Order: sequence, then structure tokens, then C-alpha cells
Amino acid sequence: MISRRDFLQVSMAASALVGASGFGNWARLAAQQSLTQDQLLQFDTFGNVSLIHITDIHAQLKPIYFREPEVNIGVGNNKGAVPHVTGADFRKLYGIADGSPSHYALTYNDFSSLAQAYGKVGGLDRVATVINAIRADRPDAILLDGGDTWHGSYTCYQTQGQDMVNVMNALKPDAMTFHWEFTLGSDRVREIVGDLPFAALGQNIFDAEWDEPAEDFAPYQFFERGGAKIAVIGQAFPYMPIANPGWMFPEYSFGIRDEHMQSMVDEVRGQGADLVVVLSHNGFDVDKKMAGVVTGIDVILSGHTHDALPEPVLVGDTIIVASGSNGKFVSRVDLDVRDGRMMGFRHKLIPIFSDVIAPDAEVAALIDDQRAPFKAELEEVIGQTDSLLYRRGNFNGSWDDLICDALLSEREADIAMSPGVRWGPSLIPGDDITREDIWNVTSMTYGKAYRSEMTGEFIKVILEDVADNIFNPDPYYQQGGDMVRIGGMGYRIDISKPQGERISDMTLLKTGEAIDPAKNYVVAGWASVNEGTEGPQIWDVVESHVRKLGTVTVAPNNSVVVEGL
Amino acid sequence: MDLTRRDTLALGAGAVALTVLPFRVNAAGEEAIAAFTGGADVAEGGVTLDAPEIAENGNTVPIGVSAEGASAIMLLAMGNPTPGVATFTYGELAGSTTASTRIRLAGTQDVVAIAKMADGSFAKATKNVKVTIGGCGG
Repeated sequence: MISRRDFLQVSMAASALVGASGFGNWARLAAQQSLTQDQLLQFDTFGNVSLIHITDIHAQLKPIYFREPEVNIGVGNNKGAVPHVTGADFRKLYGIADGSPSHYALTYNDFSSLAQAYGKVGGLDRVATVINAIRADRPDAILLDGGDTWHGSYTCYQTQGQDMVNVMNALKPDAMTFHWEFTLGSDRVREIVGDLPFAALGQNIFDAEWDEPAEDFAPYQFFERGGAKIAVIGQAFPYMPIANPGWMFPEYSFGIRDEHMQSMVDEVRGQGADLVVVLSHNGFDVDKKMAGVVTGIDVILSGHTHDALPEPVLVGDTIIVASGSNGKFVSRVDLDVRDGRMMGFRHKLIPIFSDVIAPDAEVAALIDDQRAPFKAELEEVIGQTDSLLYRRGNFNGSWDDLICDALLSEREADIAMSPGVRWGPSLIPGDDITREDIWNVTSMTYGKAYRSEMTGEFIKVILEDVADNIFNPDPYYQQGGDMVRIGGMGYRIDISKPQGERISDMTLLKTGEAIDPAKNYVVAGWASVNEGTEGPQIWDVVESHVRKLGTVTVAPNNSVVVEGL
Repeated sequence: MDLTRRDTLALGAGAVALTVLPFRVNAAGEEAIAAFTGGADVAEGGVTLDAPEIAENGNTVPIGVSAEGASAIMLLAMGNPTPGVATFTYGELAGSTTASTRIRLAGTQDVVAIAKMADGSFAKATKNVKVTIGGCGG
């Protein structure tokens, strides 16, 4: 008798085949300049259930460029494992031809030239077309939004997330979980959630006072599809009050709470679930660990760390699907669910090439409606860039270098700090920098740029603390961001060391002198999680700086030396 | 600016204490365990210790302990200046041998629960709870 594991491995091979043929074809088709929407959407419908996953849109309604990371280091058991594989190694692993559309979509090399050839990605009007096409194959497909949806743009900030709510509602999701949404403040979150026409899920959203499940969010939702009973359990970002300002949502407590997750899985199985799906904002490595700790999960739809993987990762009998960020990808997962269990799957990570996939007219008009009141502000050109501006990567990106330069210059500081967030689209050389572009990499509800004195010792404590949030070998102690970006100071980091011993050789760049632990330095930064932070908004600081420069050129940054790989 | 700076400095003081204090295992913790067990062997397993991986607020960290068949459970924060938190005792007619409370942690450290079983044996569970200054969510 063939075991469930065998079924999964057979279907994994089939999935790889779908992926491989798709990828091979793209390369050839691109060479013929004939990549079409039908080819991107091609999928032999499988089984009796379809899941559609999109996550970490960060309020990007319109097509953008998004450069995938060059540096994405895995530690502990995840050293060298996906998603910690980048560039040529990634292409080799998945059989992706150099210069192909997949190369452009999934890796960082030659980004500027490939971006000119293949154009922008994403746009929720294009995403709508993809979702409609999948629903044409499978009318009752389940659409799941992994969160980080109501944050990250000018219009989202000005409307407190309403633009995203309006457009997402038009896509008709079935459920959603959360992270940056909470930075709108808990009152606003409850106001939106109270009117959502779909489930707001989070088994790990607890009442902070009583440490009991919060009543405003359900742990799970059942769906009857294709003759099967499907439970979708939500998992919100576990470290919300630590990574983001807890004072904005003091009523709630989070955490991984994997024991409670197990009890929820057992509960839905007890109620007859044939399939258990976790809609997660844990981050990929945390999901991977959780899949090994909690038994009975069939599918984890993984968000938060912005990884895009062309194949699911298998942990025991659980498949983990990672669907990228910023509206750049949609994952389709078809499942054969029979006799109370998952018998097989077929998967495709669909890249949203905005020049290939036709926009859905209705959603395009709805997006224009959201933007219309702000059109003049959004489109104002502040400057131009000669350099590729991007953020993603474990250490400094060129957007962050520009932001740190703005802080050093506009705030007259010795050292600048910019948070290691993973959102923020890219611009290619020759692009205008509009106000919208600046807001796309800075917009948040706690964006004030502080100016403060810190001792050299305290700066080291901050760097050590943040480094441990990324490079702690146990994923449950990682928060899923990148390293804090530093301007005006160089340092050396040995990621293999424990907290307190990773950072060395801190050097003040303007003098070349070593940082003195006892001396005070003027530090400018933004995105402080402390209540009552004062200063101008970071987007105003950056706008003023870019306006003075006119044309931005960002020199290569070699001030961080990484060791212990 | 004054508020920000004051916050930062207060934070700095806490964080510096954090780097100095907790990484040296406090001898008082080991002594308290020895006094509780009388030097007997302590087995791993049989005790459930529920604590967050990373504290949302180091000043009030929710901790739960349970051990079936325990007559007493001692809870320790090994890196605190005073490691002893509480000892919960259960009579023979106790409906359940569980307890939950909130504790203050001076910094990243191990929280330890040691259960004394009705037969006089001991079991323990340990969990490392990280206290961090936060920021930078992806």
C-alpha cells in the first residue's frame, strides 16, 4: 500500500515538472518575445480544491519594480537552505536560464537591464485578472491574504488603509491574517475588521490583560469546497509589540503559541476537517520549524519574510508555500483532498508581469478612484536617480543608503539608523523619483525622524540586539526583518557568534576613528517604537534631501564586513 | 527631543544592565534548586513550562507551569538578582497541579520550573526567554 508520504513525493515531482517546464518555456518564449498571459496562467487543474495565496502587498496597488535580495543568509539548520539561496545559485537550484523572465522575477543579477526588458511587476488590477482566471477554472477557489496589506504607500497612509480595503474587497478574499495592519492603531483595525466581508483570522492574537484568545479575531474558519471540509487557521505576526510599537495596540498580545496552534489543529480535525491550511505571517524559517513541531497541518501559506519560491518546501507531511511580496506573485495550489486527507498537490508561483497580464478593467478603475484625490501629490517629481535604488537584503540597500545620507545631512548627525524592513519597491537608473516613490519606502504611522545622543556602547547594544533578531540560530527567536541600516559608521559582523560578540570594528566614517564606547554620538534615525518620538516625518527629510541633490547617485557601500558565513 | 533622548537613555541603562547581569548564571539560583531538591537528581520532562520565546514586555512576562502528580512546583528566573519567583504547593486533593503568573525579567535568561513529585522524585523544564529592545519588523 502506498503511504501518504509517497503520494506527496510523487506529486512533489509532478509539481517540479510543472515548474521546470514552465520555467524552460519562459526562457524560450522570452527569446521569441512571445511570453503571453495564457502561458503565465497555464495550469492543468488538479484534484478538487484550489487555494490562491497573495501576501505582503504593502499597499502596492500599481505595478512596481522589486529587486529580490542578493544577501539572504540562513543560520543554524537553515544555512544554505531555501529561501537562503540567491542569485546564480538560486537559478541553478530551480533550473532557471540566465536572462529569462524567471531570472528577472526571482533573482537580483542584472536587475536594471532586465527590468528594462521585462518591465514592471504587480498591480492589483493584474492580480485580479489572475484570480479571475483561476476562478474560471475552479469557481470556488479559496483566496487567502497573508497580511501586510493595509500598509506601505502614500494613499494607504492618507486613507488609513481604506484604499487597500476597498480594492481587496473587490478581489473577494475568503480570509486574511495580519501584521503591519496593527500599526494603524487598534481602534482603526477593529473598525475595519468589523465591516470586513471575509474572515479576520489569528489563533495567536490574544487579549494582553487576560492572556486569552482575543474576541475580535477568530482562530479559524471552515470552508466546504469540492466535497471536502477545509479549515483555514490564521497565524498573525508573532512579534508585533516587539518589532512594531506595542503602544499602538496595547490590548493585544501575540507570540508564536505553537501549543495553542496544535490545539486548534486538533480542534478542527475533531470537527471533521479533511484539510488543514495555516495562513501564516510567521516568516519562512519560523513556519518551517512550526511545521516540524505541530502535527496535522497540510499546507502552510507563508508570509512576512517576502520570499518567493517556485516550489513548495516539504516538512514531514506539510507543504510550505512562499508567495513573495508587493503584489509581484500569486501562488495557485491545487489539492486532491479525499477520505479526510490531502492525497497530492500541484503548485505554481505565478509572476505578475504587468506588461504581459492584462489589467482587469473594473479593478483598474477602482484603483484609479482611490488615487484620484491625491494624484497631484503622488506624481510630483522630486528628483531623478542615476543608480538602482533597492532595499531588500540582509544589510544595506541603496535606498537605505540614500535615506541614511538624508538623515546625516538634513539632521546634522554623526551616525544614521534606518530600520531593516523588507518592504519598499525598487527604482532603476534613469527613473524619476516621485513623492509616491519616496513614500513607498518610508510610509508608516511612526515615521518621525528622531535626533538623539547615544554612547558608542549603546550603539553596539542596538546592533547586537538587532543582529540576534536575524542571526539567532533558533528561528523562533528571529523576528523576520533585516539588519538595521547604518549611515556614517562602518562595522564588522560575525554572524556565527552569540549575541554580544557579533559586532566589532565600529568606525566613525567621517574621521576613520574607532567608536569610543564611552563617548556620545549624535544619531539620527526613524521608526522608533518608543511612544512620544519627536522630529520631522522621514519622507519629508528624504524629499528635502533629494530635492537638493536633483539627481541621486548612490556609491557602492562597503562599510559592513560580514564574516562567519 | 528631550523625551526621545530620555527614553533612549533609560533604555540604554536597562540594556547595558542586560549585557552585564544575566549571562553569568546566578549562583543563588543553583543554591535555591539544591535547597529545594536536597541535592537529589532532577529528571528532564514531566513538567510543562509555558513562556514566550521573546517577552513582549520584560516587566510582566506571562508564565504557566504544570506537572501532573506534583506536590510542589518551584519557579525560578535564573538571571534575576533574586532568582526565586514562587513555589506552588498542592495537596493530595488538588484538582489540577498547574499555576500561572507574571514575572519580571531583568534581561534575557532561562526560566526554570522544578516539580517535586508525590513519590519524592524531581523533574524540571527550562525555557530561554529573550528580552529585547525591539524595532525593525519586516
